[in-house]
Amino acid sequence: MAQKAIREYDGKALFSKQWENYFSGFHYGFKSVLVSSGAELLEIANKHGFEWLKQEALVAKPDMLFGKRGKNDLVLFRDQKPGDVTLAQAAKWIDEKSAHNTTLLSGQSGILTHFIVEPFTPHSQEQEYYISATTVGEDDVLYMSAEGGMEVEEGWDEKVVEVVIPISMSDADMEHAVKANIPSDIPAANKSAFAAFAIQFFKFYRDMNFAYLEINPIVMLENNNMAILDLVARLDDTAGFMMRDTWGEIEYPTAFGMEDQSPEEKAIADADSKSGASLKLTILNPMGRIWTMVAGGGASVVYADTIADFAEANGGSISDLANYGEYSGGPTTSETKFYADTVIDLMTRHKDPHAREKILIIGGAIANFTDVAKTFTGIIQSFDEKAEKMKAHNTKIYVRRGGPNYEKGLKDIKEAADRLGLYIEVYGPETHVTDIVRMALEK
Amino acid sequence: MEKLYTKDTQAIFWNNNTSAIQRMLDYDYTIKRKKPSVAAIVAPTSGSKFEKFFYGPDEIMIPTFKTTAAAKAAQPQADVLLNFASFRTAYDVTMEALDLGGFSSIMITAEGIPERLARKMNEYARNKNVTVIGPATVGAIAPGAFKIANIGGTIENIVQSKLHRTGSCGLVTRSGGLFNELSNIIAINADGIAEGVAIGGDRFVGSVFIDNLLRMEKNPEVKYMILLGEVGGTEEYKVIEAIKAGKITKPIIAWCIGTIAKHFSSGVQFGHAGASANADAETAAAKNIAMAEAGMFVPESFNALPNKIKEVYEKLKAEGVIGEIAEPDMNVCPSVRKSKEFICTISDDRGDEATYAGFPISSLATPDTGKGIGDVVSLLWFKKQYPKWATDFIETVIKTVADHGPAVSGAHNAKVTARAGKSVVESLVTGLLTIGPRFGGAIDGAAEYFKYADDNKLTPAEFLNHMKKEGVPIPGIGHRIKSLKNPDLRVEGLKKYAAAHFPSTSLLDYALTVEQLTTSKKENLILNVDGTIGILMVDMWRALGYSEEEINEFISSGTLNAFFIVGRSIGFIGHVLDEKRLQMPMYRHPMTDILYDVQEAEKI
Repeated sequence: MAQKAIREYDGKALFSKQWENYFSGFHYGFKSVLVSSGAELLEIANKHGFEWLKQEALVAKPDMLFGKRGKNDLVLFRDQKPGDVTLAQAAKWIDEKSAHNTTLLSGQSGILTHFIVEPFTPHSQEQEYYISATTVGEDDVLYMSAEGGMEVEEGWDEKVVEVVIPISMSDADMEHAVKANIPSDIPAANKSAFAAFAIQFFKFYRDMNFAYLEINPIVMLENNNMAILDLVARLDDTAGFMMRDTWGEIEYPTAFGMEDQSPEEKAIADADSKSGASLKLTILNPMGRIWTMVAGGGASVVYADTIADFAEANGGSISDLANYGEYSGGPTTSETKFYADTVIDLMTRHKDPHAREKILIIGGAIANFTDVAKTFTGIIQSFDEKAEKMKAHNTKIYVRRGGPNYEKGLKDIKEAADRLGLYIEVYGPETHVTDIVRMALEK
Repeated sequence: MEKLYTKDTQAIFWNNNTSAIQRMLDYDYTIKRKKPSVAAIVAPTSGSKFEKFFYGPDEIMIPTFKTTAAAKAAQPQADVLLNFASFRTAYDVTMEALDLGGFSSIMITAEGIPERLARKMNEYARNKNVTVIGPATVGAIAPGAFKIANIGGTIENIVQSKLHRTGSCGLVTRSGGLFNELSNIIAINADGIAEGVAIGGDRFVGSVFIDNLLRMEKNPEVKYMILLGEVGGTEEYKVIEAIKAGKITKPIIAWCIGTIAKHFSSGVQFGHAGASANADAETAAAKNIAMAEAGMFVPESFNALPNKIKEVYEKLKAEGVIGEIAEPDMNVCPSVRKSKEFICTISDDRGDEATYAGFPISSLATPDTGKGIGDVVSLLWFKKQYPKWATDFIETVIKTVADHGPAVSGAHNAKVTARAGKSVVESLVTGLLTIGPRFGGAIDGAAEYFKYADDNKLTPAEFLNHMKKEGVPIPGIGHRIKSLKNPDLRVEGLKKYAAAHFPSTSLLDYALTVEQLTTSKKENLILNVDGTIGILMVDMWRALGYSEEEINEFISSGTLNAFFIVGRSIGFIGHVLDEKRLQMPMYRHPMTDILYDVQEAEKI
């Protein structure tokens, strides 16, 4: 649980839903659709309320969390001249762009699957501004600039004004601070309107529990008409329980270019969401030879650290580390068995290309309250089913754990492995928590 | 504050997390604390008044309350709040406690409190000079003094990790799981810890590394510190600044976990919500380098940390900074304990002589002790030594209600049963079983309704109106024959005694204004003896300092009726013995005294 990025479309939809509560006096015609294909766009254009798709010039761009879409040539806004893109052209462009793999200038690579389509907004450079807010250290910071658009990142210090807003600052003080810091190069005629908008923008950011909210550019048209041309947003998803009705159904997409979760990772995430315990699994390299089943969040980090240290120091590489994850918070026996099944199943799919043995690290610090014997029962049940496969991959098992009932847990797992003919080494709290990694990897 | 907790520190535990509380009490017993470390439990949905826990081989009761305010009022010396509310309510619980005041530190265990709320809460606490441990933490410990909930794990592990007595290390970590591990490492390679805090894994936590290290710098028991940081954030740099500014002079052994993160560009979250590096300076590697440059003892890897601890500890020992630590005596918690089925808080027959609320019977029984039945009642019923005016009043009541002739239904039933050849006890209970809402119950009812009217400041007219709406005749008002002109002398006696000896009679005063109104409607609607007793009992308890809630509880639990039961038992026994003496035959009610009206039952 942490800060999660949301789509531009969802961010704009939230603005639209709350517009009258925060921005009355300004106008925003929320004309936006989110589609996966040209056909879907054409279908929506036939629906009531979406006539503008046929009537107005359009802009289309991917909506998949990454920025710099202009520089990546992924914004369709012109055919012959800016503002002449028709519905048919937009649909065709979407189909072309999603037909093959796209590699960004940043190196991220993947298939484009989500596009946002909106009307083209004719305006001048002078009407574009920049505004954003986020948390820095303990305070919120509001950023404003008279210069919108992609140029803003060059020359940030000269062009952008920062207003630091401590958590306990009153609204009156906040409003005063914002008004006093409106960028001087905003035209006099627009200054008070921009100040009013900026104040409300901050309240919206704050009340909606955004962790980050940026409009670049925000366009101030005639008669207080506002156009949100580009938006980036992250929500604090821990606030989800109290924001459910306000946010509505909001999706948290995976970063573009990050491989979609494997079915195994999804299954563990699913089990995690249904359990009071914590179950996490990330596959780093399915071909890797070192697999971990570590109890506890902090312990899982130090095991990963130590595996990286020793793999590199002993002629291996970080790619030897196959997965990262943890189980903690007192999982039931069946939850632990499911977790062990998943890890062992993944571990025994591919032979090591260099014919080395597989290493399974069953690690953990000294538990505060998790019953070690109980969780090990689940792992032992998994051993019972998968022992032959593990032997076929020359698996060496290293166990280290402490906490409630650990003597019994360690004894049980040793007996089970011996009975099944598995290679195992078992250690308790007298051995340093990560020292089994050294034992496994040091030559 | 130079020490977070002492051996006298007591906590209010928010949420009835019995296993965590039991672990605290096991710890208390092991280290021989004088008082349990949990003074009260806040359990908003629980109906019970206490929870039983083991204290070594014995059991103790810890009072439970529905609100933090009530717990704090009852246990004002408890200045630590252990907030075990869920992430949904933890913020509200903390803010309420901060507004109540009187807490020096608050520990919050919930993970995933909305960031904005966490920031507000932390800021509010800082302004009030309250140390917040967490959120998202397993807590803190001052070995040999006070331990929060589950930190340190089982009692076996605590002793093994030398967390039962003060060592010389000050330990600060983010992770709770690794806190235990570090304690173990420190016990193996050094002499244990003096104070330890797991600050919590959420992005915004109350007290950070620097807050805790600055306090440990001042704590004379802490000779050196260990800081276990994490990838992400810049908190470690504040410690570096403090060292450079000379605010921290004790040696620090430091390591930041999460060096793995450098191998993966993005997307994999290693560790806690607080653990993700947004800038180069926030990586574990950069922080480890910076901490080493600032003069902290930084090992080459996490796996090499134990050796670094041993090295620094032995160096400080050789320099004489750290001395030998004497191993204190410990209690050993029995491994098998049985919860007790019954609880007794009024008398005890385990010693040489049985006691009533701590007083040997011989010190109350004979006339030379100057004690009467009223004193015995006050000890056994209320566990208090009432003053003489109150015990005298109790005796007056018992004497006043002892009998009211053979015709009243209870006495009649007792007599009929005695004539059927039954024993004294059988006959007596037959009479007692008649006591209830219509017979004798007016004492209860009068106390309840008059107190209600007085508490709600109803005028006599409003009170009468209220009772009319309820459809209940006012209990304690009305007599068969007596009136203002022809007063009941028992009532006059009680009133006279109260006027002479009670510090105040507020409810009686109110009842007399009601009587004025009722007697103006009908002469015999006077305050009768039941009403007077019930009302004066309330006045007695008020004068003795009981709260209105406590008095309401006496009424609802039937305490007033109990006075009538005790008194009238004397009379009933008299009637039963009378029947036995007279050898009266079996009673049969004359048929002429019964109206017979029996119809043949219809078929349906």
